[in-house]
Amino acid sequence: MKSVKLDHVYKMFGNAKGVEDINLDIQSGEFFTFLGPSGCGKTTTLRMIAGFYFPTRGKIYFDQQDVTTLQPNKRNIGMVFQNYALFPHMTVFENIAFGLQVRKRSNAAIKEKVNNVQKLVHLDGYGSRKITELSGGQQQRVALARALVIEPDILLLDEPLSNLDAKLREETRVEIKRLQVELGITTIYVTHDQHEAMAMSDRIVVMNKGKVQQIGTPQEIYNAPANTFVASFIGESNILQGVIKEINGNVVIVDLGEGVQLRGNKNNCGPNVQFTIGETVNLSIRPEMIVEGDGSNAISGEVQLVEFSGIMIKYLVKAGKNKINVMFVNKGINILERGEKITVHIPENGIYFLGKEW
Amino acid sequence: MNLPKTTMKPSIWTRLTQSKYFVYILVSPLFLILFAYVIYPLYKTFLQSVVGEAGLSTESYRNFFSLESTANLEALFNSVFISIISVISCAIVGVTMAFLLQRYEFPGRKVLSVLVLVPMALPPLIGALSFTFLYGESGIFPRFFQSLLNTDEVPFALSGIWGVIVVHTFTMYTYFYLTASAAIKDLDPSIEEAATSLGASRFRIWRKIILPMLTPAMVASSLLVFMISMASYTAPLMFGVERTMTMQIYLSRTNGNLEMAATQSTILSIVSILFLIIMRLYQNRRNYQNQSKGISVHRTEVRSTFMKYLSMILSIIGTIILLLPILVIVLISFSVDGEWTVQIIPTAYTLQHYIDLFTDGDTWRPIWNSIKMSTVAVVGNIIFGVAAAYAMARLNFKGKTLMDTLIMIPWALPGTVVAVNLIAAFSEPTVFSFNQVLIGTFWILPLAYFVRQLPLVFRSTFASLMQMDKSVEEAARSLGANWCYSFRKIVLPITMSGVLAGTLLAFVQGLGEFVASILIYNVSTMPMSVAIFQKLYAFQFGTACAYGVLQVLLIVIVLLITQKLEGSMASNNMM
Repeated sequence: MKSVKLDHVYKMFGNAKGVEDINLDIQSGEFFTFLGPSGCGKTTTLRMIAGFYFPTRGKIYFDQQDVTTLQPNKRNIGMVFQNYALFPHMTVFENIAFGLQVRKRSNAAIKEKVNNVQKLVHLDGYGSRKITELSGGQQQRVALARALVIEPDILLLDEPLSNLDAKLREETRVEIKRLQVELGITTIYVTHDQHEAMAMSDRIVVMNKGKVQQIGTPQEIYNAPANTFVASFIGESNILQGVIKEINGNVVIVDLGEGVQLRGNKNNCGPNVQFTIGETVNLSIRPEMIVEGDGSNAISGEVQLVEFSGIMIKYLVKAGKNKINVMFVNKGINILERGEKITVHIPENGIYFLGKEW
Repeated sequence: MNLPKTTMKPSIWTRLTQSKYFVYILVSPLFLILFAYVIYPLYKTFLQSVVGEAGLSTESYRNFFSLESTANLEALFNSVFISIISVISCAIVGVTMAFLLQRYEFPGRKVLSVLVLVPMALPPLIGALSFTFLYGESGIFPRFFQSLLNTDEVPFALSGIWGVIVVHTFTMYTYFYLTASAAIKDLDPSIEEAATSLGASRFRIWRKIILPMLTPAMVASSLLVFMISMASYTAPLMFGVERTMTMQIYLSRTNGNLEMAATQSTILSIVSILFLIIMRLYQNRRNYQNQSKGISVHRTEVRSTFMKYLSMILSIIGTIILLLPILVIVLISFSVDGEWTVQIIPTAYTLQHYIDLFTDGDTWRPIWNSIKMSTVAVVGNIIFGVAAAYAMARLNFKGKTLMDTLIMIPWALPGTVVAVNLIAAFSEPTVFSFNQVLIGTFWILPLAYFVRQLPLVFRSTFASLMQMDKSVEEAARSLGANWCYSFRKIVLPITMSGVLAGTLLAFVQGLGEFVASILIYNVSTMPMSVAIFQKLYAFQFGTACAYGVLQVLLIVIVLLITQKLEGSMASNNMM
């Protein structure tokens, strides 16, 4: 298994910027995910690692080897495409065997390896099927088997689950993670689905508009988002703007106007936040951190929207000019209706100071 | 932080292939071929038209447009007139057929909807030939009515310009029929339903909804039929209409007035290329397509008994009209040569012509010539077509539109003009002919076929490449296959049906090619169509028609295979 390093990688498409100044260190055996909205440059970056694009500037290394302009067929990668890109004129066996035939393995060895990998993805007995005779989920597993059978140094997955229905997607997600852990293969995964990313990854890079926003473990990214974009893209977040009123040791008091003041902890903050009295600052408050009832940092308002989803009850609370999303676990509590008054409070560690977006 | 220690220096080859100009090295052979065999011959003809004995002059152009001898202007007028009338009559026949067959259910619809495509199986020469046999001055029908009415002269006969127009209508209405029925099939029935729900009457829906939505298809077919009519050569030849552009070119050449022939060719080229450009511009406009899924157009059933019988009778008449041309060719192919003179139909019959086709050396030679020359041309078409289609579909370079247009130009040019251009270019040694004179050799005919069929393999291959997902190729590359391997094992097999469809079509077109051949063949390279023409003038109708039946059979076989291939292309695309 190889590590992957991107060193100040830029990609321009004509005059349009693809990605800008990407620096990544992906460890050997790591499950690493590129997460971001469509058009953020995650697929562009993946394709540069695969060798389908070459960077305009910067270098890409597999372990110590410079592969920046190496042809894709020389990289020993396994790639699963969004639409699977199976060879429609070949059977399941022929599809999986393709990479081994390119490597000129003996027929006996090919047969054995293909059989093994078919078992691994639960497709044993499907070898002679035509691709058109398979369901979407089965096609997906052929694509995975075809990428794995060549024992690639790096496995690249480009939104592999996006063409599956919801239930199958969840099953396949677990399956891919199981295979990755069993085989210990360095895996780079591209998705716009934050749940997928959080559930599967060792580390995530969040991208937007061609730039890296944050790199970290799922917990780091969720609990300590680097900026407004990350905070609102990963999970839900109330982003409020206020003016710093007072700094008392670690305690920071922020004025949201209309007489509402919140006390937060100075250490609960993103990178490069300047705490200066009189300056504006962005706060991120996760809806599930908010507690019902009075307490410190209490806010009163009126319920404007009620959303009941079984596990959760969500309210949109209007408090003066601010609108706040709150979320309670359904433990058989009484559900409020639109127009009712509600008082909530925010524990000090629920208030997170955001740095400026860059 | 583990710093990378080995930094490979890229080799010269890598640097070359990585350069953004490398793609131009790849596509330059394609442009070279287009330049050598499309542009250069066009240019040489133009040069011939403006360079007289006394140097540069526009004399032949002034002669062309001169009002003293109006032969040329008359020819231009006739060509345009024939083309316009052909467009109108093809549109009426084709669109009516499309509506009747797509929108109504009546007895005989199924048979008719297959037979309606019969004219596509007739090579132009055979189509014109069958009409003179059927309706010409010494044709079967005029003579039948002559003996029936007992008159001295035939009561009616197809001749002159109107004969040409009737043949054009019969052979070209299919262009309208095909586009119109595709457009009708694609019309979203819910749009009509919406209009009805908003209170529109049937008439209003037709005028305001259906016809406007068919306009793009109609305009495209009109341009196409106009172009083909302008290029038509065989119909005027068979009906003796000398004052058309193509005939004038032919006559100028045979009279040795090369300058005038070049002038006429240049003018006709300009008209054709102009129409090609208009057509391309128009095709880029949006087409209306069915947006709801799984709803097909409903057919109105003909219910009243009277209408049922009427439609049945009309269907039978239609069937007869559509089948007669082929039947008459088959009939005459069994007739003894020279025996059919003033009778209504031939009197003596024999199988000898078919035996002769394959056993008699003199009769077999034109067939063998056509097979050889068409094969050579098609091999060239495959190599060029596949390479050009791949370049257009997969590579990124400036000049794509140019390449596309250059490939389409030979298709727009009349066969007569293609021949004149090649004569102008290759009756002297050139770099492009490896310093050989091609005129008079075996090679000039395959070259003409190659040029005339340039777009066929290209188009069908391009279409199947566009259907093929790009990532399939990338998947092969990611699995370690180099470009050649993935092209051989992935791209070619997947696009094979497209390549094959174009190849077969090009091959039969080569076998039936007449218009260019007649200007550039010699005794030892005489192709099948020219043989038909010569047998006709030697009154060997039987042999001529036996060749004709062979050509029709080949075309039918190819059409059937192509349809099958397209079916398999569609099913490959199902996933």
